[in-house]
Amino acid sequence: MKRILVVALLLMNIYAVTAQNTTKNTDVASANVKSVEGKNINTSTFNNDGKPFIIDFWATWCKPCVAELTAIAENYNDWKEETGVKVFAISIDDTRTMASVGPFVAGKNWDFEVYLDPNSDFRRAMNVNNVPHTFLFDGKGKMIAQHNSYAPGDEEKLYEEIKKLTGK
Amino acid sequence: MRLLKNCNFYLLIIITIMCKWNVTHAQSPTGVSNFTGNFEINAQTYKADSAIEAPAVSEKILSNGFLNLNYNYNNFSAGIRYEAYQNPLLGFDAGYKGSGIAYRFASFTSDNLTITAGNFYEQFGNGLILRTYEQKSLGIDNAFDGLRVQYVPFKGVTVKAFIGEQKVYFIKGAGLVRGIDGDFQLNDFLPGWDAKKLKIALGGSFVSKYEKDNVASRVLPENVGASAGRVSLIYNKFSFNGEYAYKINDPSLNNHYIYKPGQAIYLNATYAKKGLGIKVTSKWLDNMSFRSERGASLNNLSINYLPAISKQYTYRLSTLYPNATQPQGESGYSGEIYYSLKPNSKLGGHYGTTLSLNASTVSDIYRTPASNDTLGYESKIFSMGNNIFYQDFSVEVNKKISKSLKLIATYIYQVYDKNKIEGKTDYQQVTAHIAVVDITKKITPLKSIRLEIQHLSTEQDRGNWAMGLVEFTVAPHWAVNAFDEWNYGNGDSEKRFHFYNVGFSYSANATTIGLSYARQRGGLLCVGGVCRQVYASNGFNINITSRF
Repeated sequence: MKRILVVALLLMNIYAVTAQNTTKNTDVASANVKSVEGKNINTSTFNNDGKPFIIDFWATWCKPCVAELTAIAENYNDWKEETGVKVFAISIDDTRTMASVGPFVAGKNWDFEVYLDPNSDFRRAMNVNNVPHTFLFDGKGKMIAQHNSYAPGDEEKLYEEIKKLTGK
Repeated sequence: MRLLKNCNFYLLIIITIMCKWNVTHAQSPTGVSNFTGNFEINAQTYKADSAIEAPAVSEKILSNGFLNLNYNYNNFSAGIRYEAYQNPLLGFDAGYKGSGIAYRFASFTSDNLTITAGNFYEQFGNGLILRTYEQKSLGIDNAFDGLRVQYVPFKGVTVKAFIGEQKVYFIKGAGLVRGIDGDFQLNDFLPGWDAKKLKIALGGSFVSKYEKDNVASRVLPENVGASAGRVSLIYNKFSFNGEYAYKINDPSLNNHYIYKPGQAIYLNATYAKKGLGIKVTSKWLDNMSFRSERGASLNNLSINYLPAISKQYTYRLSTLYPNATQPQGESGYSGEIYYSLKPNSKLGGHYGTTLSLNASTVSDIYRTPASNDTLGYESKIFSMGNNIFYQDFSVEVNKKISKSLKLIATYIYQVYDKNKIEGKTDYQQVTAHIAVVDITKKITPLKSIRLEIQHLSTEQDRGNWAMGLVEFTVAPHWAVNAFDEWNYGNGDSEKRFHFYNVGFSYSANATTIGLSYARQRGGLLCVGGVCRQVYASNGFNINITSRF
């Protein structure tokens, strides 16, 4: 009886191996964040249907972050049209300023997918030291480029990388 | 073989699984296995500068640094952080002195269960009764060392539970902390609620700390429990979230060993549609310092987080008078409006303009004498006292003037109780007016120059300040900046100092290297209403950050 059970166990393990092999090979670390609409989501599910995507860590109180996202927002419609790229803006605002994120983004007319990371779980999982930190991923979730800090014009360099990825 | 023969059935199962797991490990070419991490070093030279009260430092050079190394293999992850404070930068507690592994953990995640052993950070709700986090610039790292389980029995329900001791510098505090939290997103699991416009989430948490009663002169509670309940409602463009927390009597150094229970309430309401966002916040708290060691002070061993509710300013002169939460009791309200003026409109100009306004007021709670001395005082929820701790009003205009020219203009009015917030006794309440003009001119697509002109006027404290900054950047790598803060209005003409900074930074991919020379003023550095004293200093600073 015991032997039969052990064999069954082995078979179950083999099944588990097969199941594990379907694990997504993505460079986006796993952490739980909340959308401004209150939905919980695991970051490892971030994707853009096979097209490139950007993950940008920012905060409402961070001037260079706001300058960077404003510069991207000014070009975002063109970028989306030409390359299909999508921006996930991850706010690391903690409880003090977290409730401001929704109104702030609305008031700025930003069209990004915005998520809240109030205790920096995702920031830590991605080993981000400070904001702004911007990552570019290809359609499969492989990290292609990243940049820490912001200087006006960084968005032009970022867009060059996106165009390279999409062959535009 | 003898072992296998003698072992019981369950051990056999465990060994089988382990053997199988090892084979899996070796044979799974698509298993995701990687090392990642990050690194920072911050080193500073010190030269005594008696005029600005910058002390002499016998080591001449001090540095703070750390390296995180994380390993992931499918659903398993583990990590360590090595930290070195040799010796800690001025303003960081001497307790940090030394080096070693300050943080290590192992964690396993299956579809609905996550188990963590070792160090971890956690937050329940808004953090009113539980938040552990790290904020390197403040020298805060109050991670737990213990066990944590997170379980999602079905979609929309998350239960978290933990037990652990708390970290302070390289050691652990005397207390033991236990906690449980439930989060319920009703629309995710109630039949037919999925498509409802009204989204409701509820949550509840309980945290208890144990510390031996080691004070002979008093009878102290060894177990102190705190509980909190929260609700979040979202309907179309409106949202509301509120949390109430209650803590039983918790005599401590912070509250002068009174036996009064603590309470906190935190409410937020927002409205957001394209082009307009509004937020109003109310906070009331009384006797809510909650630490895993009664005698702890400064920012050490805090179990909970009591956020400030005023706007967090970052321009240099707007950080002279920062709002810091008073855990013993405060009552406050704040409001913010964000608004976009349309492009090609009379007021918005060709490219559009965004505006933000905010106002806040924070004062003491109203206290009446208690019937029993050991309770300290009595207070009623939402009561406001007469002492104003902090008030502000600000307006910011963010305008793109032309394709290559951007302007941010800011005005801030502040009222600041320097005695209360900085723990001093002989200062007047400060009223300050601050104006900032921040202009960025793009010279070429990758080259820009930015100018900041700031002015602070006040008749109290150190009088008026002026500041100028110029920054030249070449994207994506180079930045050079210089600024000077001048306390030209100091009532004591001997103290009309210049505080200046010249620096450059190089950034490529994940690495940033910054080098600067600064004569820096002392003051409070605050993040989220939690502050650290910064000492005046004079010297070179090098900062390197990287991730991999």
